[in-house]
Amino acid sequence: MDTLTALATQEYKYGFTTDIESDVAPRGLTEDTIRLISHKKGEPEFMLEFRLKAFRQWLKMTPPTWPNVTYPEIDFQDIIYYSAPKPKAKLASLDEVDPELLDTFAKLGIPLNEQKMLANVAVDAIFDSVSVATTYKEKLHEAGVIFCSFSEAIRDYPELIQKYMGSVVPVSDNFYAALNSAVFTDGSFCYIPKGVTCPMELSSYFRINNPDTGQFERTLIICEEGASVSYLEGCTAPKFDKNQLHAAVVELVALDNATIKYSTVQNWYAGDKDGLGGIYNFVTKRGKCAGKNSKISWTQVETGSAITWKYPSCVLLGDNSVGEFYSVALTNNMQQADTGTKMIHVGKNTSSTIVSKGISAGKSNNSYRGLVKVLPNAENARNYTQCDSMLIGHDCGANTFPYIEVQNNSAQIEHEATTSKISEEQIFYFLQRGIPQEDAISMIINGFCKEVFRELPMEFAVEASRLLGMKLENSVG
Amino acid sequence: MLEIRNLHATVNDVEILRGINLVVKPGEIHAIMGPNGSGKSTLAKVLAGHPSYVVTQGEILYNGRNLLELAPDERAREGVFLAFQYPIEIPGVSNASFLRLAYNQKRKHQGEEELDPLEFDDLLQEKIKIVEMDKAFINRSVNEGFSGGEKKRNEILQMAVLEPQLAILDETDSGLDIDALRIISNGVNQLHTDTNAFIMVTHYQRLLNYIQPDFVHVQMNGRLVKSGGKELALLLEEKGYDWIKDEEENRQTAASN
Repeated sequence: MDTLTALATQEYKYGFTTDIESDVAPRGLTEDTIRLISHKKGEPEFMLEFRLKAFRQWLKMTPPTWPNVTYPEIDFQDIIYYSAPKPKAKLASLDEVDPELLDTFAKLGIPLNEQKMLANVAVDAIFDSVSVATTYKEKLHEAGVIFCSFSEAIRDYPELIQKYMGSVVPVSDNFYAALNSAVFTDGSFCYIPKGVTCPMELSSYFRINNPDTGQFERTLIICEEGASVSYLEGCTAPKFDKNQLHAAVVELVALDNATIKYSTVQNWYAGDKDGLGGIYNFVTKRGKCAGKNSKISWTQVETGSAITWKYPSCVLLGDNSVGEFYSVALTNNMQQADTGTKMIHVGKNTSSTIVSKGISAGKSNNSYRGLVKVLPNAENARNYTQCDSMLIGHDCGANTFPYIEVQNNSAQIEHEATTSKISEEQIFYFLQRGIPQEDAISMIINGFCKEVFRELPMEFAVEASRLLGMKLENSVG
Repeated sequence: MLEIRNLHATVNDVEILRGINLVVKPGEIHAIMGPNGSGKSTLAKVLAGHPSYVVTQGEILYNGRNLLELAPDERAREGVFLAFQYPIEIPGVSNASFLRLAYNQKRKHQGEEELDPLEFDDLLQEKIKIVEMDKAFINRSVNEGFSGGEKKRNEILQMAVLEPQLAILDETDSGLDIDALRIISNGVNQLHTDTNAFIMVTHYQRLLNYIQPDFVHVQMNGRLVKSGGKELALLLEEKGYDWIKDEEENRQTAASN
């Protein structure tokens, strides 16, 4: 008797839309669209130049075909590249944010009202393409930390933007990064000055609302010498039958002795169980350990999106710098994920750790793709990679594509990989001890993901493990 | 406590149990013996509600209720415990958290307050003495990397924590050295009271040197063909199963004439 093939019909709880008046650009992409975006945002000339340069590069590029995912060709002229909730008046404080918007974020469990906030987490909320609210600005300002929307940063800190934007992910890095560089509308900016430990967790919350809007946001985090920050991002989108494109760029820069910890819980709409709708999540995330003894740590829990294509990476330039990547990627139903990391060892005594946990259920396909590269001058580089896959049912796939390129003999590279299955016998064992099936699955998955979850800030670890349990309901037996 | 009437069950459409009848009362220890392939483990799994086994005929009453109507986890919360022949490994899940979840499910079911990790640890420290296990076991992943004997002891530890009314031990003695056998038997003897009952499925008489059964049954071809007291086990040890097989064949021939 085979009951493992029963598929999940878990309702996506964040699938509602918000009825709000928006300022929308016409469909399609030309130089005029880009000029319009730049104009709407009142940007300085250098930004328009940056965008146009990226756009001209993009025209010469083609979408990557190497990921292990399949989808119909995207018509880039059928996307709306700018959509902003129309402000009722100019905002002076949070109290003046459209109550519809505040409601939306409250429904998502992201209260923007500072009194009701999670203790010690500052939030930047991004609705469609525009940052609608950033909380705790004052308190952060006292510490010298800048945390604001990308648009504000362009206006208020143009010298920092000009210096660092595109310094980690160049405009021509890849097709989607080039597209983002041309059309991005907002995002988060974060600057931690020398020697400052950011007094609270920083968090961005992304929400796509308009069905035809592509979401193109940028995040830039700069940690000066000896500074440190922990940053979290969360994502949801309403349910639509159409696929939506999300192409973000995240750049991190860590100078001498700086530490950046970047955590993501991604729960974009994944499409229905037959694969209709869902987000195409094509994201370029990269961190540069520019200074010596610097450290960048990525932790991601990827549970949503119809297709995920992302490789949060570290370029280990500074001597003794450290890169980490901890990932849980869960796919169910018809979801596809091709995700992993790149660790580029450039400086001396650099080390990197990769722990990837892939969970596939339903008819989904889940690939780990990772590159560990040691350049000729990277003396004594070390890497440890662990890739574990777990299969639930008989119709899903798990793949591992590890690439290792070593150009220095002193390197030490370790790679471990395992594949396992949640079996009916395992579930029965829990049941026989009086533990219901849902709890059993969630416990098995948590056990499997333990090494990653312990890297997440406490409340997000709880949230992430609950999310995984929810996503897998009815997947087994 | 338990009454099995004319139980028939199949696995993969092959009939394994062909009319089992058994009555178990509180305080009793029953041993079920029999040659390989006689369906002893199937009986244990059917009682616990394993999804691969289909009951085609007969009924099982447990404390007056139809056991077959209860889902496997409900049976467990109602006090039915199966010590597995091959305990399952659960990587990354500590023995302590697994046991606490199971224990609290049962408490909740009985309308009692759940124990927090500290309170539960106190309980566990007591229980672990019963199976003479090292305290380090508590924090290791469930059965992962355990030796055969450790896995079986862990089953008894779980039993000690969950305090079942009806415990079924499926070849818990197989593959054990003499020390482990003694520890496990001591555990069972300590847990045995006049309100709970044990069904021990076993190949060998030697387990019965340590645990005194009230009844010994011989299972063959999916039926309990002979029942007796402890002396039946000794007889089996001495003479094997063939004489029962002969008796059984004669009986069947007589019945068909």
